[in-house]
Amino acid sequence: MVAVLATAQTFTLDGISARPVRVEVDVHRGLPSFAIVGLPDTAVREARERVRAALANCGFEFPLRRIVANLAPASLRKAGPGMDLAIAAALLIASDQLDWPRASKLALVGELALDGSVRALPGVLAIAEAARVSGAEAIVVPVGNGAEAALVDGLDVVPLESLGQLASLASGEWAPSRPEPLPLALGPGDGSPDLEDLRGQRHLRYALEVAAAGGHSLLMIGPPGAGKSMAARRLPSILPPLTHGEALETARIASACGRLGSAPAGRPYRAPHHTISPAGLVGGGNPPGPGEATLAHRGVLFLDELCEFRRDTLEALRAPLETGTAAIARAGSWRELPCRFMLVAAANPCPCGRGDSDAECTCTPLAVQRYQGRLSGALADRIDILASIRQPSAEEIGGEPGEPSAVARERVAAARERQHRRLGAGRCNAEMTPAEARRCALSDEAAALLAELYSRRRLSGRAHDRVLKLARTIADLAGDEAVSEGQMAQALQLRRRDYA
Amino acid sequence: MPEPRACPDCLRRAWLLALLGPYIEKIASSAPGSRSPELLRLSNEDLVECAAPKVAGHLLGRVAAMSERHLAHELTAGQCWACCRHGDLYPAALRDAADAPWALIGRGDPARLVGIEPDGVVTVVGARRASSYGREVARELGRELAAAGFVVVSGLAFGIDACAHRGALDAGVTIAVLGCGADTAYPGAHRSLWRQICERGVVISEFPPGATPWRWTFPARNRIMAALAGMTVVVEAAERSGSLITADLAADLGRDLGAVPGPVNSRSSAGPNHLLAGGACLVRGAQDVIDAMLGPGAPAIERPGPTLDPELGLILDLVEAGEGTCDAIAARLDLSGAEASAGLARLEALGYVSCSLVGVYSRTMLSVPAGI
Repeated sequence: MVAVLATAQTFTLDGISARPVRVEVDVHRGLPSFAIVGLPDTAVREARERVRAALANCGFEFPLRRIVANLAPASLRKAGPGMDLAIAAALLIASDQLDWPRASKLALVGELALDGSVRALPGVLAIAEAARVSGAEAIVVPVGNGAEAALVDGLDVVPLESLGQLASLASGEWAPSRPEPLPLALGPGDGSPDLEDLRGQRHLRYALEVAAAGGHSLLMIGPPGAGKSMAARRLPSILPPLTHGEALETARIASACGRLGSAPAGRPYRAPHHTISPAGLVGGGNPPGPGEATLAHRGVLFLDELCEFRRDTLEALRAPLETGTAAIARAGSWRELPCRFMLVAAANPCPCGRGDSDAECTCTPLAVQRYQGRLSGALADRIDILASIRQPSAEEIGGEPGEPSAVARERVAAARERQHRRLGAGRCNAEMTPAEARRCALSDEAAALLAELYSRRRLSGRAHDRVLKLARTIADLAGDEAVSEGQMAQALQLRRRDYA
Repeated sequence: MPEPRACPDCLRRAWLLALLGPYIEKIASSAPGSRSPELLRLSNEDLVECAAPKVAGHLLGRVAAMSERHLAHELTAGQCWACCRHGDLYPAALRDAADAPWALIGRGDPARLVGIEPDGVVTVVGARRASSYGREVARELGRELAAAGFVVVSGLAFGIDACAHRGALDAGVTIAVLGCGADTAYPGAHRSLWRQICERGVVISEFPPGATPWRWTFPARNRIMAALAGMTVVVEAAERSGSLITADLAADLGRDLGAVPGPVNSRSSAGPNHLLAGGACLVRGAQDVIDAMLGPGAPAIERPGPTLDPELGLILDLVEAGEGTCDAIAARLDLSGAEASAGLARLEALGYVSCSLVGVYSRTMLSVPAGI
């Protein structure tokens, strides 16, 4: 028998997007062997054993010949077990066990179990999108990923349960119907944390609403147990629902990280622990993978105990906050991951947490200064709103539940709508350029108040623009065209203090 | 103007003190209650014999070997000048003390020391760990006393000292007395404040440039602070604190003593409250100090603030009562978060309240005009 060559199209996950990989299998006479070449990682190399067992256990024969599987392009590093199915299919075609002319128009992804069943994979949504771009007619995916792949329009989806079904699929005996696409939750689901749990705390509530309305970053300072984390957890519930396009973006990221099923409905909420490394926060590793900032894309990233985070970790967050993307460069690879999130942080007023105006506070001045000094870093410079929290009183805790999230969400959505009309779709006040911020219409009294506090607090130019943006958001919440004196006063009060 | 000039013997004393730093530290800490100023009354020979008997000859020899040129060079290297007790520039007030420093080494414009008399100088001291109330009072005292033409003396420490300096820098002249060389910013966190005082005030010390601070050098500099001023005001201090040592030293010299009252249940106001009980002058603001220094005929400081809306008045009352967060004010007055927040910003713009780094408001000294 002469050498026979067969090819199949598959994909490898690269960060949160997929890159096409062509599997070429050559079955040749010679000493029986099975080699996989083309920069495979360990998981890909181990496909040999999985494919061998799966073929045998599904009634196919593993050819006792010299087999070489090449993964092209050979310069691209391939990772993960998702190429098992394509290698097995190409091997079956090359060894004449499967007659499947349509295979060249298909993409195949899936991990094989030893019994031949096809296991679900992370990142199938991104792979399906890449398959459509590459011009494939249909994609064969593990049955567990069918609904996810069906989110991509203009591509037929074949959910495969077992390698054994390939024979009937190739002969046309079995033509499965396209699975129902996964329902995308655009807003918070029933039973998700609601702002009505926040009792009393009127100013915090107000600060949350302004932050949500303009996409401003927020720092809460207050004693432990005053409700900082609880408030942050409820912030996504007052953000406007995701658009379909945004929901697809967040689903693609969640899918690539293997958390599509477990992610909460609506906008993402991520609260990494303060021991996190810079790579864990903004992404890293080799090959580079997404970090918490990317998982929080279009949602909320909450940094509790801001002063306890390592300084280099917080520094790493600076550029992503400015640009909305995390650029990660590693030896041999460079990647840009999306991360447009709302930053919410919480800190205690001093190391013991009571605050240095409390008589019980035992912190030394140097310790307080050093602690608060950590708030003055370059990251804090990018935080707009400061909310000082106090311990709610017993009456407030036992009192009426607060206003539910749905009511606040409507006001926020209306304010965002005004911003979209003024700035263009999808943009909010926090993203205004300095020129746009200075174009905001101010009443005379508002301008006078800004000038007075500008000199009294010795604000920087950056702080000046940030106050303008905040004032604009407050006016948007009220539905006003020009910023009034009262709205400017609120903005100046909410604005984070500049640390000398 | 008298030239800043010091005779070599007086300067050598300063260098001797720096050399004796670790030795005095040992005997000062091993004998509790023994105050370093008492040691500093001794002559060079007695002091060395008392603090470092084993190396007495060696140390005296080293100091005696310092040439006039060497000393001048050291001073220039630290960008410092010096004046000694035999010179014209030396503040006359210091001569009242038996343990007065032989020489003062300073940085900044020496002209600011010319003609300094105790009745034109006020020392403001207090706790390093001060409350926002104490800091606000110290800043306001510093500002108003400096504006009224007084020289404000303090010790560049954390808390009250730094606030008094900052307030005084806003309006006039301030002197920082250090327990280390005048060319050293101690504590290091106050480097920028130290630099501002060098530019717009004077930093003085009885130690040579480059001298490191020891525990005993702080009570030592306190005696200079107490002697310089006609009145020493204690803003906030715990009982048994350095500020009370300064107050004792001032009383020993026959200087006036003032204290700012504080809550009776606050540890950091125990010191001034104790002084008040013992007959110190009650200081509610700069006016009380001016009355005590210049007599009751002195022109009153009028600082009525701008007029206030009744609603802002209500918020101001709450801040005065100690409700520092916007949240507490909204809850107490049944205002929305937005209303409370706007009210506080307006009060801040009018100058009635100030806001800390962590967003907690406190009352300034600005008084509300009558009839509101």
